[in-house]
Amino acid sequence: MTSFPRPALDLRNLRTEFRIRDRWYPAVRNVSVSLMPNETLAVVGESGSGKSVTALSILRLLPHAGARIQGGEVLFEGQDLVTLSEREMSSIRGNSIAMIFQEPMTSLNPTMTVGDQIAEAILIHRGGSRMQAKAEALRLLEEVKIPSPKSRLDEYPHQFSGGMRQRVMIAMALACHPRVLLADEPTTALDVTIQAQVLSQLEELKQAYGMSMLFITHNLGVVAQIADRVAVMYAGEIVELATVDALFAKPMHPYTAALLRAMPRADRGTENLEPIPGSVPALSAVPAGCSYAPRCPFKERTCLDLHPELVSSGDPGHLVRCPVRPVGGVH
Amino acid sequence: MISFAFKRLLLAVPTLLVMLTAIFVLVRLVPGDAASVILGDQATEASLRAMRARLGLDQPIQVQYLHFLAEVLTGNLGQSLSSGRTVVQEVLLVLPSTIQLTLAAVTIGIVLGLPLGILAALGRNSWIDYVSRLVSLLGLSFPAFVSGILLLIVFAIQLGWFPVLTSDSTDPLERLRSLALPALNLGLILMAYVVRVTRSSMLGVLGEDYIRTARAKGVTPTRLVMRHALRNGLIPVVTVVGLYFGTLIGNSVLTEIIFNRPGLGKLIFGALNARDYTLLEGLMIIFAICVIVVNTLTDITYGLIDPRVKYK
Repeated sequence: MTSFPRPALDLRNLRTEFRIRDRWYPAVRNVSVSLMPNETLAVVGESGSGKSVTALSILRLLPHAGARIQGGEVLFEGQDLVTLSEREMSSIRGNSIAMIFQEPMTSLNPTMTVGDQIAEAILIHRGGSRMQAKAEALRLLEEVKIPSPKSRLDEYPHQFSGGMRQRVMIAMALACHPRVLLADEPTTALDVTIQAQVLSQLEELKQAYGMSMLFITHNLGVVAQIADRVAVMYAGEIVELATVDALFAKPMHPYTAALLRAMPRADRGTENLEPIPGSVPALSAVPAGCSYAPRCPFKERTCLDLHPELVSSGDPGHLVRCPVRPVGGVH
Repeated sequence: MISFAFKRLLLAVPTLLVMLTAIFVLVRLVPGDAASVILGDQATEASLRAMRARLGLDQPIQVQYLHFLAEVLTGNLGQSLSSGRTVVQEVLLVLPSTIQLTLAAVTIGIVLGLPLGILAALGRNSWIDYVSRLVSLLGLSFPAFVSGILLLIVFAIQLGWFPVLTSDSTDPLERLRSLALPALNLGLILMAYVVRVTRSSMLGVLGEDYIRTARAKGVTPTRLVMRHALRNGLIPVVTVVGLYFGTLIGNSVLTEIIFNRPGLGKLIFGALNARDYTLLEGLMIIFAICVIVVNTLTDITYGLIDPRVKYK
């Protein structure tokens, strides 16, 4: 804790809103989190908790109509990305910050060859000739271990399997050696065996390229495998932030604990799985007090009125947004 | 690609056969027979029988059918009853002006329609979107004969920019001036379709995941539209343009009559008026072949645009 390196990416009070019937509702509420150099930070939570919106807000990829970043800062290499022009943003996207998406089947352009799609990123940000860019694309396909890359360079996405397409996506994201990789559920749509391959590949490439990675997932098993630290999101807020070991050993927020109990494990039977009752509140119906209170078995009367802050749990580096948490964690 | 195009061409052969059979049956279903039409109601029974024998109408129907196929496939479509020229000669006489009109109309439709449709999709609910909707509504709701007459009144009679009647001058500039209004008349209708289809197709494509991927890659807005969205949004547009060729034939009849312009449409109108059944039958065959050729070209274009089409 003596020398504090500058974060690779620093979100401060990020607030993103969506418009529903002419009113704006926050989908990401004052999220503050730092991504350290070479770190993998996992963001977990159920569908609708604001994980993907957070990542899309960083690169400002949300639809122009119906979504806006209403406040906060996204600090990257001394710049606040929120205030950049669209043109300046284009020069960062795919260059120093890259992103890969959940759906490899629909995230590649069906009418462009795989080689052209990878080379495009290089041509945009690095310039040079098409030949050079294609040669680099070939090297990247080799790097992500696509079999017989030379012949596959001129093939179209529909000629690739799901796992191979996700590798192509990864190759595309790595093309310009980004400092930060945003991975939005990159393995969710894949078979379990392919999932494991892609995960270990991402881990290797992260080391090789010296990247920081923001890894979004709803799968805690994946978190355990890949993350250094974990941010648990609920209803657009971070409710708990800790190292992966601390989070699994000693979850402080009732929601984190519930997520862990809902996770299938090889060493326990499925009859012990406890699904979390209820569901994430709709954007337009987030409770005034603690957002999780309506589903929380530990709630007290004050929880329904007072909105809790994200504060230190007492353990260093472990933050939690719950004043009532039982001593010693909620197992 | 070449084998894909070849396969498509082979598929056109059965279509052509079905069309020819349909035309053969249709013509034989017309009440009265060709011999009495040719000779008129004053003809004697003997001369009718002689004419039927000359036309082969006394043969059994299957023999007539095979004879008909053989004639068509060897390019013999018979002789016009009114002019005495062969049908092929009649068609070749007007074909250049029909091709000029069709190409000009399609060019106008695409060159005006495609950009307007793209801009409307990009600026959804902006002024340009409303303009595009208005323009396409006007184009779709005016029948060709009404818009043709309006164009004549405004641009030929009031403003005098273009001739009222098509001149048969050989001066290329004069010919172009004659072509302008009829081509505009047909082209604006096509433009109306192209604007609508391009707008809705582009709106769909712009919401696709791969567009977001391209943005995440740093692709700039212009390149995003031209390189990533347009090609994927083009297939419905090609479909509309291909289908429009069929409509174009119907509308060209009206347009050629209004602007007194020689062409296949005017020829078929003349044949109808003169009850020239041989010419009519020949023209039906020519139109059917045109539509089949355009449809085949449309299919081949799909393959050029979208690599997935070739593998289906």
